[in-house]
Amino acid sequence: MSVTLKDVEYIAELARLEFSDEEKKMLTSELNQILEYMEQLNQVKTDTIEPLSHVLDLSNVFREDLVQPGISTEEALKNAPSATEEFFRVPKVLGEK
Amino acid sequence: MWWSEKYEPVIGLEVHAQLLTRSKAFCGCSTKFGDSPNSNVCPICLGMPGVLPVLNKQVVNFTIRMGLATHCTIAPISIFARKNYFYPDLPKGYQISQYEEPICQNGWVEIELKNGVRKKIGITRIHMEEDAGKSIHEIDIDTYVDANRCGVPLIEIVSEPDMRSPEEAYHYLVTIRQLVTYLGICDGNMEEGSLRCDANVSVRLKGEKKLGTKVEVKNMNSFRFVERALQYEIERQVEALERGDEITQETMLWDANRGICVPMRSKEEAHDYRYFPDPDLVPVVVSEAWIEEVRRELPELPLEKRDRYIREYKIPQYDADVLTSEYEIANYFERVIKHLTHRTEEAYKLVSNWTMGDVLRVVNETHVSMENFPVEPQRLAEMVDLLVDGTISSKIAKEVFEEMLTSKETPRCIIERKGLMQINDPGVIGKVLDEILTRHAQQVEAYRSGKTQVFGFFVGETMKAMKGKANPKIVNELLKHKLQS
Repeated sequence: MSVTLKDVEYIAELARLEFSDEEKKMLTSELNQILEYMEQLNQVKTDTIEPLSHVLDLSNVFREDLVQPGISTEEALKNAPSATEEFFRVPKVLGEK
Repeated sequence: MWWSEKYEPVIGLEVHAQLLTRSKAFCGCSTKFGDSPNSNVCPICLGMPGVLPVLNKQVVNFTIRMGLATHCTIAPISIFARKNYFYPDLPKGYQISQYEEPICQNGWVEIELKNGVRKKIGITRIHMEEDAGKSIHEIDIDTYVDANRCGVPLIEIVSEPDMRSPEEAYHYLVTIRQLVTYLGICDGNMEEGSLRCDANVSVRLKGEKKLGTKVEVKNMNSFRFVERALQYEIERQVEALERGDEITQETMLWDANRGICVPMRSKEEAHDYRYFPDPDLVPVVVSEAWIEEVRRELPELPLEKRDRYIREYKIPQYDADVLTSEYEIANYFERVIKHLTHRTEEAYKLVSNWTMGDVLRVVNETHVSMENFPVEPQRLAEMVDLLVDGTISSKIAKEVFEEMLTSKETPRCIIERKGLMQINDPGVIGKVLDEILTRHAQQVEAYRSGKTQVFGFFVGETMKAMKGKANPKIVNELLKHKLQS
């Protein structure tokens, strides 16, 4: 398994990141190094081991269904680059998700 | 349909139901609908760095309820995953959902079609997830975002591609709505978005085993739109195939104003969500004991309720079907029954008739909810009691009912105020009858010579003379007696 320049461009697009040609080349090689290391880990026999979905040996951490005060609208909007008195304001969204 | 001899549509539905919890799925913010924008928010649902979501236990309870009601297997261990995509109403840049290990799998529901035929529709999975916020595009050139809905709990119910017509899809959706409202886990309101539906549609030649290329249809926010949008999309695909075109896998949006499906403008890679287990949330472990606890608390489901109505109230199956078709109707019917003094089969049937007839007629005409129906169950019960004990006739009952729609008076008050009490005294009725028979001697002759159909004429005249207040049974008996003597 190896990462191509195309993969890097695709992932960058998904993450909405822009890179120069040089950076893309560098990232391709770095990602490949990481994958090589993973290949090394793959040599360990894991057939009899349950896959781990969480690093902590914990389960069922719940809260009761109780309403707790949050923060004010003013506070919520304080760090937004653009907002009205009540809404976050973002550039027009074209198309749908 | 002209194409239905040649082609077969294959439909699967994905239904999102907003859960009726008080607080959000992973934080304590209120889930209340209609509060001022961005007022039910906190660092967790706004996706601030460094916060830790904690799962609302009720979300799990509600999801297990739906899982049990749809005969699903409840997974002993299930986990949450992050579904990654960028959209302004998703502050974190990912939606917390379930991917590889959903809590419910492999269930089914039974739907009943118009012709009474029943069909099982498979449920692939039901999983827990959170809602996104709301984008408002109409105010000016910018988009406005309200994060109140961010983090409100949802369940997504994914069906097998088991439906073969828009009608089946419609009945499936009605059944799902019926279940979630009976279970008390969702208010089922499609217009307000508490229940949302997307469809996967493909068509294939009849007899073909392989599935055609599927198209996703979104934005069908009412029951009727679901049927119409599917109809449209199926015909579009059939026409394309007839022309020899290939169907492209894409997502369409139903445009209710134009009555057509339009392709959604989006980039191809938008569907690469790069799911991975959410490291912030620990696995949910559901024990047998927990499942049993939820099972014990399951309310009576539509079919059980229907069977009980037939058994307990001796009403016909048709009545029981109509009354249990929606939780709110069944609830109203049962509350009327509870307030009855005369606990007889006659009274039960009358309550059924009035609920199915005049009550539902007014509900449909005025779009009032059953909960806010102007004639409260207690007053309808009193009216039925008065009918059963002969205080009023069914004709007068209609008048009393109409009056109750606009006034808060009890049926007894209305009857007294308007002098509508039924006249049961044979002496009083007999006197009126005598006058009428004297006045219409010719018709009496006709009756006695065999023209018995004039009987109805006499009844009508008597009722007219007594302003509809005479007990019709007594009028009939007395009249028969007098004409024969």
